[in-house]
Amino acid sequence: MPPLSAAPALALHDVSKRYGRRWALARLTYALPAGRSLLLTGHNGSGKTTLLRLLATALSPTAGRVEVLGRDAVMERDAVRRDVALLSHASFLYEDLTAHQNLTVLARLLGLPSPADAASAELTRVGLDRRSDSPVRSFSAGMRKRLAIARLLLKAPTIALLDEPFGELDPAGIRDMEAIIAELKGSGVTVILATHLIEQGLTLCEERLHLQEGRAVAA
Amino acid sequence: MSTSRPRPIGLLTATLALLRKDLLIEWRTRARLNAIIFFALATLLMFSFALGPDTKLLEKNAGGYFWLAILFASVLALGESFRVESENACMDGIRLAPADARAIFLSKALGNTLLLTALGVLLVPVMVALYGVRIVTSVVDLGLILLLGSLALSAPGTVYAAISSNARARDVLLPLLLFPLVIPALLSAAKATTLVLQGDPMRQFDSWAGLLGGFNLIYWGVGFLLFPRIIED
Repeated sequence: MPPLSAAPALALHDVSKRYGRRWALARLTYALPAGRSLLLTGHNGSGKTTLLRLLATALSPTAGRVEVLGRDAVMERDAVRRDVALLSHASFLYEDLTAHQNLTVLARLLGLPSPADAASAELTRVGLDRRSDSPVRSFSAGMRKRLAIARLLLKAPTIALLDEPFGELDPAGIRDMEAIIAELKGSGVTVILATHLIEQGLTLCEERLHLQEGRAVAA
Repeated sequence: MSTSRPRPIGLLTATLALLRKDLLIEWRTRARLNAIIFFALATLLMFSFALGPDTKLLEKNAGGYFWLAILFASVLALGESFRVESENACMDGIRLAPADARAIFLSKALGNTLLLTALGVLLVPVMVALYGVRIVTSVVDLGLILLLGSLALSAPGTVYAAISSNARARDVLLPLLLFPLVIPALLSAAKATTLVLQGDPMRQFDSWAGLLGGFNLIYWGVGFLLFPRIIED
């Protein structure tokens, strides 16, 4: 069970992020109370992915401060990284390793006591146990997404950052993903979900933040 | 969801886990190993063709040609070691795991050292056959220089491969950055190898090996300290 925290799940203080001359996020201020889940919406290029990557500490803000569970995402980067897991557009998967090997590598880095067993359990959880010894290179897009989800679950995060989790999944996969998100929420995980499937997102999240050109606007 | 919570692991454990992963990928594909072996063999062969039938010149400069072949091949090996991490943003996945950035440096640099040392071991008999040289002093000395030379190419090579991995002209950038920096190490390795192949009446080997060891201390120390800043945003 993830640790409970009195601090907001996330707090953004005047956060900006610039790529070259373009501002992906512009002076964004927002706080998500602990125990609530957040739906991020907005058109392509509105800043959703950048925001998720800032929260995951994959990026640092150009200006402003990002806090995750009361910790500064730049100064206490490693502590934040232990608490959050990111499901990204990129799968973070090694193409030449098998599904099981990919998860075992992560389990070792996470210091889990039985890396191989933990990897097998998550592969079963996402329905890939029969393909555990196949190289990722041979996987379809939907299977890669499932394996990326297994990677996220292996980390047992306090905050799950999900960037377009329904993309590339078939209808059965979407139902499974909805069940996984509901299960994550049921076990106390804060879910931050970016998706264009707004109806589905609204059934899963209590809060909503709509972004337009890097700024928060009314949905 | 996994019932066990992640717990921080030590630098050594993380380094070994990442090194094991890199060796596993290398073993499964063998693409990098095959490429650098053929490239280095072709380079040794080209030197002998370029100099023609002058066997004395080949014998005299064999140590230098040997290390140039390893240096040129190392560019392929170093670049490839980070291409694997660029695919599917695997480096982000490792960073966010989280893995200590210094462990990433150590695992990559050690992996590249192993690869270059193995390449050197394969090239020695080819050099002996092509250039008509023989090991005059001792195989142990040659092994030591091979290891020290590979270490000296791998540490700065890993740093620069990481820097250039996201650049558009990375194939050009890596040798441009790396070659000037490793000239002192290359010179020391080539001199020491020449002494092994031609005899060492003045007992200079220890000095060159010591110098190479000193370069290694600097290269590995600087790489260890700088790498976290290089791979973070």
